[in-house]
Amino acid sequence: MNHASPTAPCRLRINGQHYAADLPPSVTLLDLLRERLDLTGTKKGCDHGQCGACTVLIDGKRVKSCLVLAVSIPDAAVITIEGINQDGQLHPMQQAFIDADAFQCGYCTPGQIMSAIALLEEGHVHSREEIREFMSGNLCRCGAYNGIVEAIEHVIAQQDQDSKGEAA
Amino acid sequence: MNVISAKIGQPVSRIDGFAKVTGQAKYAAEPHPPGLLYGVIVNSLIARGRIEAIHDEAARAVPGVIEVMTHHNRPHTALFEKSYVDGLGVPGSPYRPLHDAEIRFNGQPVAVVFAETFEAAREAAMLIQVDYERWPHNADFDAALYQKYMPSKTRSNYVPPKTRGNASEAYALNPIKIEGRFHLAPEHHNPMEMHATTVIPEEDGTLTVWDKTQGPQAVQTYLASALSLSGKKVRVRNPYVGGAFGSGLRAQHNVFLAALGAEMLKRPVRVTLTRPQMFTHVFRPEAVMDIALAADRDGTLQSIIVEGVTDTSRFEHNMENLVIWGLIGYKCPNATADYKIAPRDTYTSSDMRAPGAATGVNLFEMAIDELAWACRMDPLAFRRHNYSDIDAMHNMPFTSNALREALLLGAERFGWNERPLAPRSLRDGKELIGWGMATGIWDAMFSPTSARARLTSDGRLHIATAASDIGTGTYTILVQTASEAFSMPIDRIDIELGDSTLPECPTEGGSWTAASAGAAVWLACQSLCEQFLKLLKKNKNTPDWMKQDEITVAEGELHGVRNGSPVALSLQDALSFIGQDSIEAEETAKPGLRGKISEMRKARFTHSAVFCEVRVDEDLGIVRVTRLVNAVAAGRIMNPKTAASQVRGAMVMATGMALHEESLMDERYGRFMNHNFAEYHVPSHADIPEMDVLFVDEKDKEISPLGVKGVGEIGMCGTAAAIANAIFHATGKRHRNLPIMSGA
Repeated sequence: MNHASPTAPCRLRINGQHYAADLPPSVTLLDLLRERLDLTGTKKGCDHGQCGACTVLIDGKRVKSCLVLAVSIPDAAVITIEGINQDGQLHPMQQAFIDADAFQCGYCTPGQIMSAIALLEEGHVHSREEIREFMSGNLCRCGAYNGIVEAIEHVIAQQDQDSKGEAA
Repeated sequence: MNVISAKIGQPVSRIDGFAKVTGQAKYAAEPHPPGLLYGVIVNSLIARGRIEAIHDEAARAVPGVIEVMTHHNRPHTALFEKSYVDGLGVPGSPYRPLHDAEIRFNGQPVAVVFAETFEAAREAAMLIQVDYERWPHNADFDAALYQKYMPSKTRSNYVPPKTRGNASEAYALNPIKIEGRFHLAPEHHNPMEMHATTVIPEEDGTLTVWDKTQGPQAVQTYLASALSLSGKKVRVRNPYVGGAFGSGLRAQHNVFLAALGAEMLKRPVRVTLTRPQMFTHVFRPEAVMDIALAADRDGTLQSIIVEGVTDTSRFEHNMENLVIWGLIGYKCPNATADYKIAPRDTYTSSDMRAPGAATGVNLFEMAIDELAWACRMDPLAFRRHNYSDIDAMHNMPFTSNALREALLLGAERFGWNERPLAPRSLRDGKELIGWGMATGIWDAMFSPTSARARLTSDGRLHIATAASDIGTGTYTILVQTASEAFSMPIDRIDIELGDSTLPECPTEGGSWTAASAGAAVWLACQSLCEQFLKLLKKNKNTPDWMKQDEITVAEGELHGVRNGSPVALSLQDALSFIGQDSIEAEETAKPGLRGKISEMRKARFTHSAVFCEVRVDEDLGIVRVTRLVNAVAAGRIMNPKTAASQVRGAMVMATGMALHEESLMDERYGRFMNHNFAEYHVPSHADIPEMDVLFVDEKDKEISPLGVKGVGEIGMCGTAAAIANAIFHATGKRHRNLPIMSGA
């Protein structure tokens, strides 16, 4: 099978920055981020959509970037762990993860944080059981699950407080 | 970052937290040098035989492919087998990647494709065809049991069981007894980060190797030896390790192959295993334990008989301390145990979190629960009645053992005294509820470790040792240790770990790092402080008050007395008097309180008491763990926040051991077939309830210089048994195989 690699155009907005290149269609979004853009905060844990370590936001929704071909989502807005800090400050979810000791080795952590941010947007946060169910696509082998749920609940409580403050 | 409470024992948040939550922490597969090549490994599809031919023409034709490395064209490596023995020192004949045409296990690397892009390497790897001469193999554990043996040379950490009394006679004579075969399925470590190596040939001829390992110096030594390089040529770095749980104890084939590829091609090389390839190397061995226990009518344990077997490969003799734990922990007058290993044609099994004890303690504690029920005794009361206050196998006192306190504390938190004795007594609708418990025990080890402390002219303290933080909190607790030993705020302390060029530290594992590296950092900081004060006192430029005995370092300042009044000076200013940019001290911590022999004659263990509630759907047999309480006696706790996370994490893995995790062997091919997260189930968020971890106050001046025992493994030991015992209490059905699958 001797052939020149065909390429296809890839156009994305990644953490607010425009990206355009011709890529082999077999390049996944995950490998684009990690190997071609040095955005290694997004992790590879299985390459099969089974572990959640590669979770990013695409147009606001959480997606496993190992299952997305980079050329298949033209003009999509991709947010990675590198893109969520706010004016140089940690995102509240990042700070909550540190405070709740919601990680150990840190490898699943970016995926957990991206997933948790999306979870709050989705509103699947009515009970601890619901949080656990809707976070179950993100595996953590160090077993920091208690801390992760605590961190998420902390951010929810903070948001509730903030919205009450605004209402008042 | 909390900079106020920084001393040993404070719940300081991880100092590496910022790097980890922002994605800035760089793991082994993440450095990106210019000209990087991607290596993808091609694995053997047979378990035993010879490679007859490798057809790589199609692979080489893929645009971007640079080389296909096989045993035919690889560069020269060490001639002698002994050069390939790695830090774990498993006796036998070590596996030598791409050494020759012989295939010893399914999944053995037969070729590595190097290409300019990952995609090209992956595509080309799929195009390689290998012709094999197939030899008969056995990968069936039950068949391997017929070939069980005791190797003539044992692993250095192997503790042979010691017999006492006459266990078979006591078993025959006593009225209440149980016996049966208990079994644990093989498990894979499955850290979230797959094993990976990035090798960078530097301009000065050295190789910088970013590897996922628990021991950068062990990998450095291994590469230097196996690749016939001089020791100085290789620098191994692992500042961040995405979990390992024992899989990074041995130098894995990816690091050898990546370094070999970089030598061959004179370019930077990255080799990352795929998740399925993570099932082609180390795993927790499959185990059987035949356990017979007997008690008298008072519920006093009178006989323990344990015969255990774990599997190993055909070429190495991996061993575990599987059968000793019950003989140590229970004061039964008659006890005997036997241990053997059984060979099969797979890669060599290896250490996984709490090796030996995770299997041996949990299976034994399931048997104890059976005997307690046979005696119609509460399992907690049975243990308190039979538990030994000394190491009953070696007849040695413990340096400390607060298990009794742990049992009480855990039982109280759980509400154990409300438990009805009989199984199937508790129910909520269609769910059966069961309460079970077990005890845990693990070695409290210490390994000689060196550390360096350096004070620089900017008033900062720099700590360095070649330890690895694999998620264990090592960065944080060592900074806390330095903070207390030198009296320095933690925001003025820098720490370097995970680099083979740093002061010598053994491979991280077995829960010894906190005690050992902690002691080394403590000594180095104290030594540095003494040296600093001495230099000030004898320096002719320093003012008189600095020459007094009263001067001390406190909270990062120099304190003394001038004209009867206290005076303080910044360390930067104090250092400027000496006329040196920096001063440093390096110290080595050794076991025992100054290494006294008498203290070596004591037993050294951590202990725990685990209590569990399960709910079992009576119609579907689905098991949910709904409560877990673990009271841990582990000496001094350096950081209750990170220590509790360590214990909880092990309890999660033990939940997997009890209910989910099982590597399934396809005996026809000698390959673990459920080699991915969809089919090998590690616990997920929804499987894990709140877990209560309590630390029992346990002062121990003998165990290690700081009184620390370590907490990395203890959460594994007992937790799986507590879950299994709770299932019996819920359903009245005994299980002797782990994992207990839903509906079983």
